[in-house]
Amino acid sequence: MKFAVLVFPGSNCDIDCYKAVEDTVGEPVDYVWHTATDLSAYDCILVPGGFSYGDYLRCGAISRFAPVMNEVAKAAEQGKFVLGICNGFQILTEAGLLPGALRRNMSMKFRCHDTTLKVVNNTTPFTTDYAAGEEIIIPIAHGEGNYYCDEETLAALKANNQIVFTYTDNPNGSVADIAGICNERGNVVGMMPHPERAVNSLLGSEDGKRMFSSILKTWRDTHGTASVR
Amino acid sequence: MLKAKVYVTIKKSVLDPQGVAVQGALHSVGFQEVESLRIGKYMELTLDTNDREEAGKRLKEMCEKLLANTVIEDYRYELEA
Repeated sequence: MKFAVLVFPGSNCDIDCYKAVEDTVGEPVDYVWHTATDLSAYDCILVPGGFSYGDYLRCGAISRFAPVMNEVAKAAEQGKFVLGICNGFQILTEAGLLPGALRRNMSMKFRCHDTTLKVVNNTTPFTTDYAAGEEIIIPIAHGEGNYYCDEETLAALKANNQIVFTYTDNPNGSVADIAGICNERGNVVGMMPHPERAVNSLLGSEDGKRMFSSILKTWRDTHGTASVR
Repeated sequence: MLKAKVYVTIKKSVLDPQGVAVQGALHSVGFQEVESLRIGKYMELTLDTNDREEAGKRLKEMCEKLLANTVIEDYRYELEA
C-alpha cells in the first residue's frame, strides 16, 4: 500500500503525516507537490494541515485549484482513501469533496490543546480499529475549525452516518459538535483534530495510531494480503 | 476599463464571530445603539473590458467560483466606468 502526503506552499504538518505513516504502519510514503498531475501510484492521499497559500481569501480557497486537486477528486471518485486533516479538511470542503464549510472559531481564539473525540462512525476505512462510541484523545490546533452546514445538510449527514467524530467538549462552536465527517461513500474523511500528532505516548496520546492502522487493514481486506509487499 | 467593487459578507443565517466581537467592543466604549455588526471583505478589481453585461456575468462567475464561499457567504458587486 502506498501513501501520498500532499505539499502545498504553506503546508506545515506534512512531515508529521509522513512520519506518522512511517512510524505506525511502515508502508511506503511520498511527499507529492501541489503541481503534480498524477496520483495513480497511490492508494491513500493525506491532505495535511498548515496554512496553504497563507490562507489568503479563505482557508483552502486557493489550494483547491492546485493541479493536484483534480487528481484528488479522481482518486476519491475511484474509491481511494483521502484524509484531510485541519487545513486539509478546509481544502476538501472548498473543493466540494466534503459538504459544509469551516468558519472562524466562536471564541475568536486559536485553540491548541488536546481534545476528547467520540468515534461516531467506526465503519470508514480510517476508523475500523476504533469501537463505536469510544472516546479518544487527539489534539487540535486551529483558528478556523468551526464546522458549519445548513440544517438540510446536517440531516443528510446524520441519515447517511457521515459524522465520523464529535467533540465531547466543543472547542470551536461547530454545528452538532462535529469534529470530522466523511463523504457518502465513506472513502473521503475530513477532520480538524490532528491524529498524526497523537502517535506516540511522548506526545501525550497514541490514539491517532489506529487511524493509520485502520487504513492499512481496510486496504488489505479489500486488496487481499497477496498484493502486500 | 471597468472598475468593480466586490463585497463578501457572512450570510445572515450564519454566526459571524468577528462581527460579534467588534460589536461587543463598540458597546464597551459606549456605542450601545449598535444592534448588529457584520464583518466582510471588500475587493477592488479593474477589468480589461467596457462591456458591462459581459463584465457582470464574469464577476458573478468569479464570486461563485472563488471570491465567495456560497455555503457561508453572500456577495454583491458594483460596476463603474
